[in-house]
Amino acid sequence: MFLASYLLAALAVILAWPAPIMLSRARWTARSPETALVLWQAIALAGGLSMIGAMLTWGLEPLGENLLQGLRGLTGLLLDDSPAAGLDLIHVFALSAALLLTVHLVFTLLLTYYKIRKQRGRHRDLLNLLSSPSADSPRTLVINHPAPVAYCLPGGGGSVTVLSNGLLELLSPEELQAVMTHEKAHLDQRHDLLLWAFAAWRSALPWLPTSKLARTAVNELTEMLADDHALKTSDRETLVRAIAVVAAGERPQPGAGAVATGVGDPAKALLGAAETETFVTAHRLRRLLSPVPGLGRPAQSAVLLGSALLLAVPTVLLVAPGLAS
Amino acid sequence: MATLGDLERAVMDVLWSQNAADSEETGLTANELRDLLAQTTADGADGKELAVTTVLTVLSRLEKKGLVQRGRDIRPHRYRAVTSREEHTVELMHEVLGSAPDREAVLARFIGTVSEQEAEALRKILSSS
Repeated sequence: MFLASYLLAALAVILAWPAPIMLSRARWTARSPETALVLWQAIALAGGLSMIGAMLTWGLEPLGENLLQGLRGLTGLLLDDSPAAGLDLIHVFALSAALLLTVHLVFTLLLTYYKIRKQRGRHRDLLNLLSSPSADSPRTLVINHPAPVAYCLPGGGGSVTVLSNGLLELLSPEELQAVMTHEKAHLDQRHDLLLWAFAAWRSALPWLPTSKLARTAVNELTEMLADDHALKTSDRETLVRAIAVVAAGERPQPGAGAVATGVGDPAKALLGAAETETFVTAHRLRRLLSPVPGLGRPAQSAVLLGSALLLAVPTVLLVAPGLAS
Repeated sequence: MATLGDLERAVMDVLWSQNAADSEETGLTANELRDLLAQTTADGADGKELAVTTVLTVLSRLEKKGLVQRGRDIRPHRYRAVTSREEHTVELMHEVLGSAPDREAVLARFIGTVSEQEAEALRKILSSS
């Protein structure tokens, strides 16, 4: 079991530090947001599993050859007061840490869920009083405010898309359609669940590089997914214009034509800015302005296989010593 | 006068306009509120009289939500809006536009907070093309 616990610890360190940094810098993620999201989830799950598993197997070492024996030994110890053979302070400490971390992660997940629900409920109450239903589209509310905003408020069956007057005045009907399809994709694909899990991961382990990077990346990838969905019904130029107009908060001067795809110095300036900072909007525009073909099937399968392996390795390390004996 | 949601809106609208007009901020009793509601919805579809108990139900719901204050020192109790419509709009928009750390999980915005540098580059793209 010693070996398993060290291997699990090594895996936990890799998944907490170098792996997320590499993935957050990778370029291919923008070419296949779906698979990148799967990989981020695998990293988070496998990371948590190996962190807890490492401490658990290490702490149980004196009690048995494998996880099952160790756990049986531990229950015997707790229930029947059988002699604590070799379970000294440091092992008890490791076991307590494993237990605490598990409880902490589960508790933070639930607490975050509760907080989000409460905030959404309050937001919904105010919306009900301050907005009016859109005449043109179902499940859409219009709020009287000059700032051009569009957002979706998930809530199971009662999810809505909210648009501001400012936005309706600023966008053409086609651009508005692109925005609505984008928001609808967030709701239909339940991106709120992903964002919830990673928000909880972030507030549970704020000092780990992985939790912050993962959260930013997941947020950006869900936006890209929604963009891709919008592209199914709107053309690229319309979506780019909608994003640019909403982000800049104004329309181009009369006489200016459509946004040309991927040309001009300002475009370069923007893309330059996108290199250095984590600008979600700039990243989205970059991939829309200079489209790169999506990730090929073999590469996608490789990423998915890698994600499955990531989950399998800590599971096998935890369980296999028991199966072998 | 279909759903409770519609009623809540109607009641708040009356209370908000009352708040704006009433400098003493004494508020309204449920009876007064019912009469004002009957006036504003006189040309409604069904034209049915609203029961005071219904108004009280709606008021207690709004009170639970922290939108309405009840003055308990004299009877009948007098109700008033906690803050103005504008301030609630500010609160709502602050949640949407603000940079609260948990906001992404609460709602998903089409465009997140854009830095000044980013916005400048975007404006140039729009004007140059």
